Amino acid sequence: MAEIDALYQALVLEHNRNPRRYEVLEPCTHRASGRNPVCGDRVELYLRLDGAVIEEAAFQGEGCAISTASASLMMEIVAGREAAALRELFADFEDVLRGRRGPDEVDLGGLAPLANVRGFPGRLGCATLPWETLLRALEA
Amino acid sequence: MSAVQESVVAGGGLNPELLRRDFPVLEREVHGSPLVYLDNAASTQKPQAVIDAELDCYRRYYANVHRGVHTLSQESTAAFEGARGRVRRFLNAPSEQEIVFVRGTTEAINLVAHSFVEPRVKPGDEIVVTHMEHHSNIVPWQLLCERTGAVLRVVPISDAGEFEVADVEAALTARTRFLSLVHVSNVLGTVNPVREIVAAAKSRGVPVLVDGAQATPHMPVDVQELDVDFYAFSGHKIYGPTGIGVLYGRYDLLAEMVPYQGGGDMIRTVSFAGTEYADPPARFEAGTPNIAGAIGLGAAVDYLLAIGLERIAAYEAELVAYAAEAMAEVPGIRLIGTPRRRAGAVSFVMPEAHPHDIATILDQQGIAIRAGHHCTEPLMERYGVPATARASFGLYNTRDEVDALVAGLHKVNRLFGLDT
Ligand SMILES: Cc1ncc(COP(=O)(O)O)c(C=O)c1O
Repeated sequence: MAEIDALYQALVLEHNRNPRRYEVLEPCTHRASGRNPVCGDRVELYLRLDGAVIEEAAFQGEGCAISTASASLMMEIVAGREAAALRELFADFEDVLRGRRGPDEVDLGGLAPLANVRGFPGRLGCATLPWETLLRALEA
Repeated sequence: MSAVQESVVAGGGLNPELLRRDFPVLEREVHGSPLVYLDNAASTQKPQAVIDAELDCYRRYYANVHRGVHTLSQESTAAFEGARGRVRRFLNAPSEQEIVFVRGTTEAINLVAHSFVEPRVKPGDEIVVTHMEHHSNIVPWQLLCERTGAVLRVVPISDAGEFEVADVEAALTARTRFLSLVHVSNVLGTVNPVREIVAAAKSRGVPVLVDGAQATPHMPVDVQELDVDFYAFSGHKIYGPTGIGVLYGRYDLLAEMVPYQGGGDMIRTVSFAGTEYADPPARFEAGTPNIAGAIGLGAAVDYLLAIGLERIAAYEAELVAYAAEAMAEVPGIRLIGTPRRRAGAVSFVMPEAHPHDIATILDQQGIAIRAGHHCTEPLMERYGVPATARASFGLYNTRDEVDALVAGLHKVNRLFGLDT
């Protein structure tokens, strides 16, 4: 598969077209907005935590296919998990994106479809924006 | 014989295939395809003549300018001041003393805001700009309004991306102290009727600055014909170096203005009892200037004058019209801005594929375009889009490159699962 087809593979495009949990979550316990000033991508993230566990998540925003798919894939991953585990997953994801580790050395689980962003240095920020926003929301 | 001379001798229109040989970077491949450089509104590539001029300065005669008695300093000064003379010719300014070297358009506008407009405004006075301005012609005025209590007024634009002279007239009131507007929009490609607007403003006693960053690469500019008070442009957008640009200012206005920055070179005498400022343009050129940059800019100006701005304008007008028409036929595409007179840029959005996706997919085919808000966030808001993709053309672009772009846009559609 050519690099560009791998980047825009069917699953990524499907999440872009039908983003999961694309709504405002009210009431929520945590929220944060993220913005990539370079390209204007924007994400609003809503979380409801029960103790340390994320019970429910939702997002809205405006962005490219990569950032939208990244946020949407994140929705499928976060429910029922704790901040510490998500921080670890994001660290692994960043390692792959920045070429510190190969995609086969790490289990990215539901984020695996985005591993191909590593071939596109100009687009790393699109994939990481929702995750950076998530971690900020959890710190709040 | 240089490609420029050949292309001119060949007569009639401009021959881009010949001119392309002057630009070394155009031989490059990107991701295995020949580079198709369509990001000229952001910055243009450099011809060998410009590269050589800078190199030659550093290799043969570089030294600090002015004040120097030794040979190298005299030669550097002559080349630096020679560049000022070339720029004067480029703009058809009456005098070299009206050519102030600055870092670029941004600095030129800030300079005018500080040194000309600020001392002349009171709380409640008005500054007028248009809805299609670059941030560099918005933010300096907002800052000025914060400092002075003046109010910023905005001339609205139509869906096509145009305004009429009457729209500008309607925004001018008894309290208007300054009008600052763009000659050619970096997003919409709109060529504004600057001469008529300047006339309308001046008949009401309102001085005018024109942001020529996107006009100077594409058409002849004559500041006397425009009758404009200030005109700004950037070297890097007219095939010259970065970090050098020009503020043209009418001499009688420059002569009344306070300095922008203080330092060396801008004074006549300094004592702790008081300092006397130098005459323009030195008054506005504090510190050691971008010497090699100015010399490179002089070479860029010579290059454009040798080809002929009329010839460039005629060739590009035809190319950009061809591009806008061909791009409009790509299924799903929406052009942002459909002005009657266009130069340089064609902005667009596509269904599903965000401008950044478009730019990435095109880049994989060697095609360089820009995606984002292009430093015109109010304009993005006007069209209800967070960003656009923008293809922008220069004198070395060809119809074949437009065809490659259009094929690339079809590929974007295919990748996103759309019929095309
Ligand atoms: C219309 C317009 N004005 C001003 C500028 C700012 O130019 P510079 O960044 O060279 O100062 C630009 C550059 O993008 C522009 O397109």
